[in-house]
Formats: sequence, C-alpha cells, structure tokens
Amino acid sequence: MTTTVQDQDRQEQLTNAAIERSAAYYRLKADVEDFYYNEADLLDERRFRDWLELLSDDISYFMPIRRNVKFGQQAARENTKRGEGISWFDEDKWTLTKRVEQILTGVHYAEEPLSRITHIVSNVQIKGARPEIGAPHELDVTSRFLVYQNRVEYETYIFVGRRNDTLRLTGNGFKIARREILLEQNILLAKNLTTFF
Amino acid sequence: MPLRNDFDQLVDVKGGFISREIFVDADIYRQELDKVFTRAWLLVGHESLVPNPGDFYTSRMGEESVILCRDKKSEIHVFLNSCRHRGMKVCRYEQGNTSLFTCPYHSWTYTTDGKLQGVPLHRTLYDGVLDREANSLVSVAKLCNYKGSIWATWDKDAPDFITYLGDARIHLDQALDCRDGREGGSEVIGVHKWVFPANWKFAAENFLGDTYHNPSHRSVDLIGIGPSAAAGKKGRRDDELEKAQHVWISFPEGHGVHSAIQPEANEYIESFLDNPILEQYFRHCFEERKRRLGEGARLLPFVGTIFPNTSYHGRQPRGLCAWHPHSPTSTEGWRFFLVDKDAPKEAKEYLRRYYMRYSGPAGMTEQDDMENWLYATAASTGTVARRYPFNYQQSMGAYVTDHPLGGDVSTQVTEQIARGFYRRWTTYMQGGDWHELLGSPASDRQAAE
Repeated sequence: MTTTVQDQDRQEQLTNAAIERSAAYYRLKADVEDFYYNEADLLDERRFRDWLELLSDDISYFMPIRRNVKFGQQAARENTKRGEGISWFDEDKWTLTKRVEQILTGVHYAEEPLSRITHIVSNVQIKGARPEIGAPHELDVTSRFLVYQNRVEYETYIFVGRRNDTLRLTGNGFKIARREILLEQNILLAKNLTTFF
Repeated sequence: MPLRNDFDQLVDVKGGFISREIFVDADIYRQELDKVFTRAWLLVGHESLVPNPGDFYTSRMGEESVILCRDKKSEIHVFLNSCRHRGMKVCRYEQGNTSLFTCPYHSWTYTTDGKLQGVPLHRTLYDGVLDREANSLVSVAKLCNYKGSIWATWDKDAPDFITYLGDARIHLDQALDCRDGREGGSEVIGVHKWVFPANWKFAAENFLGDTYHNPSHRSVDLIGIGPSAAAGKKGRRDDELEKAQHVWISFPEGHGVHSAIQPEANEYIESFLDNPILEQYFRHCFEERKRRLGEGARLLPFVGTIFPNTSYHGRQPRGLCAWHPHSPTSTEGWRFFLVDKDAPKEAKEYLRRYYMRYSGPAGMTEQDDMENWLYATAASTGTVARRYPFNYQQSMGAYVTDHPLGGDVSTQVTEQIARGFYRRWTTYMQGGDWHELLGSPASDRQAAE
C-alpha cells in the first residue's frame, strides 16, 4: 500500500495540534533542551560511559538508509525500516555499549586518535506527552542535529538531519527510550559513522 | 600515456614491488576505467532486487550508472542509465517498478527491455530519419545470472562468466549457496552505499586474502562482537574455522581467495552460545551440508575478490561487495547483504543485526579498514612517497601449483594473491587479448596455434 505525502502531512499536523502551547509545555520543552545540551556535552567531551547512562535499558537506536523514490512513495519507501533488513544503525543498548567499549580500547583506529566532534541540537518540539503534558511519563520529541567531525588533520564531515525521540521521565531524569536519526544523505558521504547521534 | 613497458616497471611481480602511482595517478585511473572496467565482468546486483516484471534497480559499472531491469517477459537486462538524445539519466530512483523509463529532459521514453518507444512530435521532427531500434538504451554486451547474482560486461568478446570465474567459482559459491548446501537460494536483505577516500584497489586487495591485516581489528577482538559475545566470548566471529587448514589461492584470471579446509572428521563447532535456536539451526545446516556435499563440505570458503572489484564474504557477515571506482583516490563501496531466502525468521533477524555491527561504515570491524585505506592512499600521493614502491614480497615462492583446488595454493598468509591480481591488472592495462586475460601466457597461445 502506498501512503501519500498528503497523508503524512495530515498525520503530522494532527500530532502538532495535539499539544497546546501552555506554560507547562514551555517549561517541559526547556527541560528537554537542557537534557539535549547536556547529552551533547557528554558526547563532545568524550564521556561515553556517562552518555550510556542516558539511554534506557530497552533503547531502540535507529538510523535508516534514505532512498531516492518516486513522488508519492516517500512515506512508504523512502527510509529503510526499523526491525527489518539493513539500516545504518538498528541497535539496542548492548551494541551501543560495545561501541563505547571499542573506542575505550584505545586501539579502535577509526577513532584513535579521537575525532574532534561538536553536536548542535535545535528545533526542539514536543509532539506527544503521555499520559498528559502536566505530568508526563513519556514524551515524543523532534529535533534537528548538526554534527561536525574533524579527524586527524584534514578529514572533516558534516552530518545534518532530524531526530525523533521518545524520552522517558524517571527518578533519575530523562532517559532516551527510542531514537530515530534521519541523516539527510542517500549514499553516505563519509567513510565512517564512528560518532553517536 | 604510459607505454606497454611502463606497466611492467610499475608492477614488478618478480621482485615484489608495486609502484604507488597505480593507486594515486589520475592518468592511470582514467586508463583503468577504459581498459579494465569496460572489459572485465562486473557485479551489478542480485535477482532478488528485481523479483517481478517491470522491477528495476539502479546500479553502477565502473563510474557509470546502469539500470538492472526485469522486463515484461521477466527477462533481466542491464542498460546504461543515459538517454540516447542528450544523455540525461532516464532513472534517478534507486528501485521500483515501471512500464516505461521516461527521460525528464525531452520526454523520450524507453520500455523495460530498453527499446526507444516514445519520441514527442516524432512525425513532425524525425519522420523517416530516426531509427528507433538503433537508439535503444545502451545494453551491456553480456549478462549472467549466476545463482541469483547478476554480472555483466561491456566487452562482446569476453568469455562467458563461468569461464571467467575459472577455479574461483566454488569459492564464490559459498557466498551464493544455501547454508545447508543447496545451490543458490540467497536474497539481498539490504545494501550499504558509501564513499571513502581511498583507491578502489585497496578495498579489492583487502579481500584478496590479506589476512595479514588482522591486527588492525584488535579493538573488536578485545571487546567481542561475535555470536557468542554476550556469553563472554572475545573475537569478532564464530569459531567454525578454528581447526581448519587455511588456504590462500591465487587464480590465473586475477581472482584470489582465502578459504579453509576442515579436518577429515569435520565436526560442527558450537558457535552461537547466545542463542540456542540459532545454534540448532546452524548445526542443522552444517549437518545437511555435510550430507549433501560429502567430502566437498570440508571446503569452507571465507573471503575473496573476483577480478577486478567484486569481493565476497562467504561466511559471516555474508555478502557481496562492489568497489566502484569514484576517482583516483576515492571509492564508492556497495555491499549487498545476503541470507538464505528460506532461513527462519530468527536466523535472519540475528544475521542482519550481526551484519550491521560488523560491516560497512557503521560496522565496528570495517571502520578500521577504511581508516587504513584512507591514510595509506593519502600518504602515497606525495612526490617523494611516489618514488618508493609498496613492498609485496610476503611469502615469495611459498605455494604449490599442483593442488586439486587449482591456482597457486599457499598454506600460509601470502601476497602471492596480490601479486597475481596486479600481474593480471597489468595484462588488462596493456590491452591483452582474452587468452592472456584468462591467464595463459602469450607464448602458450602461439604454441597452440
């Protein structure tokens, strides 16, 4: 079945309209932004083990491959799907922990010496709150990222895209329960994806 | 332009030295596109990417875009993706189903068997002049569907693909046959495409039995990412080859493989401690394969490169790679990940996850390969660096030529395969005929004639 672009737009408008821009919304949004800035600090300061602490144990971390498809087929076919086939990342916490352990061996040559990386996060919007915005347990949050990587001497990559997160509120602050990373590239224009998004 | 002799100087197989020029020089690269990539058989894709009539998948041969397409009668074609009128790509989608390819520029249309059908205002503008038949999409000269994998060549004089493969065939089979020994039966579950700044030959050579680069993967071996990693096992793969005699083979057509021969007893080696269902499935496949192939089941091909730019991983993570030339110092890597089409869901789920954490630009193992290839290329472009050839003297002469597997067979890590690859590369660059390209010296042919 083919979902049209119009269908997708309508769905997004509905979710957008669902949350009133109340004082509670903006307070929560400020907290979420603060959480993201802290997360970016952990990654950019190479505090990878601390970053893992921000992930829920059941996290699904997903970066699809983006494909060139005919108009009208974007919703159905543009992105590879979570849970099937091959994507750039379709991972759980075990694999993400392995990636961190690998960097920390000091002999993962694709990150040794370590790259210089800056994560910029913007366009943060809360798209859903469960059970309600006043006392939420889970939030659906969208944002944009710009990740700048400089490696060794001349290697420089800029990764730009969107993130669709589900954040869970715990006694220990927010935890990322679900992350979808939409990198705005078809053929990957980088030799490696050694950073986290 | 280098003369015939120059290539002999650049590639000194006897002494074991190969000039860095062939990995960085723009003129040599342009000649490769003409002399290697328009003649050799190249991997285009897999039939599972175009299962139904009208299905297409855009691929590459050398630097050029091609369309792999199944026509209305279910016949598979490969066309240059360029309109005969002004060259516009007639297809800029990666995959889909269509009855016509319509050029966006002037709306010439082509049917799925490549024939020019629609020409706007044909009667007024072209009547009596335009020969539709002669303006079909440019088709490859030869095409072969080998156990589901699709290969093509632009050279009408090329030998058939099976002849071209020679004795490397049974090794490539391992990537294409079912785990339980049935022929063929694989499907592509996804494709990685990425660009990395290294000459394409670094990637091709990596799979030519360069087992010597193992230390660069120390980080994954330390942490363990294999199928028993959660049970505490280190390393990046299963242990199925731990008792095998490894063999490194250079074939006269330029192909090279690293395979393994299991001991006579050939017992299953437990490998999937993390998942009893997988353990049972792979044990079943192992026993079935042994039953079907008998003695032949002792051969377990591992990795290899089919000349010039197709590599395979026969076991885990199983797949086919095309190392498309992108520029003298950059390569577009495409990896087609394979599973048995009828494998149980649980096995497919495990395998795709394992492939992703192992392979490609996001793979924990191969990231380190790309790092090596990049900086090896970058550090070879300098004026002084180019004066000093790469050393290819490893295991000189340490091979036998009378092994039943054919080719030059070594039982130790060897650059004999790389030497064989570059010797054949030289024949292509010197414009050799197909007799020579398949590895028979010119003198043999004269004697035969």
